[in-house]
Amino acid sequence: MEGPSVEELLAKAEQDEVEKLQRITVHKELELEFDLGNLLASDRNPPTVLRQAGPAPEAELRALARDNTQLLINQLWQLPTERVEEAVVARLPEPTTRLPREKPVPKPRPLTRWQQFARLKGIRPKKKTNLVWDEVSGQWQRRWGYKRARDDTKEWLIEVPESADPLEDQFAKRIQAKKERVAKNELNRLRNLARAHKTQLPSTAGMHPTGHQSKEELGRAMQVAKVSTASVGRFQERLPKEKAPRGSGKKRKFQPLFGDFAAEKKNQLELLRIMNSKKPKLDVTRATNKQMREEDQEEAAKRKKMGKRKGGRQGTGGKRKGGPHSQGGKRKGGVGGKRQSWPSGLGGKGKGGKRRK
Amino acid sequence: MRPLTEEETRVMFEKIAKYIGENLQLLVDRPDGTYCFRLHNDRVYYVSEKMLKLAANIAGDKLVSLGTCFGKFTKTHKFRLHVTALDYLAPYAKGFGVAAKSTQDCRKVDPMAIVVFHQADIGEYIRHEETLT
Repeated sequence: MEGPSVEELLAKAEQDEVEKLQRITVHKELELEFDLGNLLASDRNPPTVLRQAGPAPEAELRALARDNTQLLINQLWQLPTERVEEAVVARLPEPTTRLPREKPVPKPRPLTRWQQFARLKGIRPKKKTNLVWDEVSGQWQRRWGYKRARDDTKEWLIEVPESADPLEDQFAKRIQAKKERVAKNELNRLRNLARAHKTQLPSTAGMHPTGHQSKEELGRAMQVAKVSTASVGRFQERLPKEKAPRGSGKKRKFQPLFGDFAAEKKNQLELLRIMNSKKPKLDVTRATNKQMREEDQEEAAKRKKMGKRKGGRQGTGGKRKGGPHSQGGKRKGGVGGKRQSWPSGLGGKGKGGKRRK
Repeated sequence: MRPLTEEETRVMFEKIAKYIGENLQLLVDRPDGTYCFRLHNDRVYYVSEKMLKLAANIAGDKLVSLGTCFGKFTKTHKFRLHVTALDYLAPYAKGFGVAAKSTQDCRKVDPMAIVVFHQADIGEYIRHEETLT
């Protein structure tokens, strides 16, 4: 039989094994350094093969990459494995390379007002316990915060002091005082933040109604009040004669820096095409109007001179009703000098008529 | 740094078109690369795409200039062309002239004096028959 004989098969199998081994085992002069926690393999062998390769070392680079990856995978196969949901998984050790910072080092914040004062006076924070013994409830409770030990707003019995108004609500008074303290604290926190970021808090100059506010302050207060609705002032009506506020439009939006270059080019070419098509060589209308205006002005100058000379004879020459100017407005004249003389005629008759009356 | 708006592009093109006319298309659409106009601190720069990508890595307040400065927009949004644009305008210029008097003399001269010699070849009158007024 001429089929593949057993010896040939065996020989082929052996050859395959050798090839596989060749592929798996990679010979390197210097061993690679492995950081399996980061799946990192560092090859410190001198790149002589690459240098000899020439301008396009694609094949050599690929071979190098294949070899190094093979070595890395060989190392991975030696790690202890475990089974996670029907997959065999290698457990990676801790990474040994220290990666650099992703973001820059944070700048030190400026000190708050209290911190500056404490530093100045040399005040150190006293170590306090978190829990305080509360007699009333017979428990250890927090010093501050939720369900704290001595919360004066939670008292159920308050004696009205003698100096106070008997009709005043002492409970409400305490709650109000608490709110004011919280608001003050919040304000100080925001002030500290503003100082840290070198900005300013929005000024509340004219917001509280006193009797003595300037016009600008009142205007500003009104604007703020208008915008302080749930719809940010969108459905607030204006008084009958109130003008719209200026400068309240959307911020200008520009095209992105690396927009579509092809689209930009197309738009510009389109713009150029429109510009070129619209350009008349000589704006005929403007030219004729200009010409007529010049002629009228010359005539007006001439008339003035004549009027001054004849003014002595005619007594008061009468008011010239700015005749030339009313005639010299924009007229849609035809091509080249279609002179229209009727305005001057009318003006003359009109003047004559009125003077007779 | 930002691209020009429609309005700004129009104003600028109108100005440049006075010098090079229809050849402005050749500046916008170049065969040897993508060039574009960018505005930085009111100045218009003509810069290749490659250069633009490099310039984008510099902080805005530290960037002084990029590519070629063609001119700037004034406070009232008029476009003023600068001499640095000459290299790009010269090949496409509508006409050439030789100054007959220096700049200072031009201001003091009488109205009828010749200030620029327009040197043309014989066929220019025929070539530019449509554009000559």
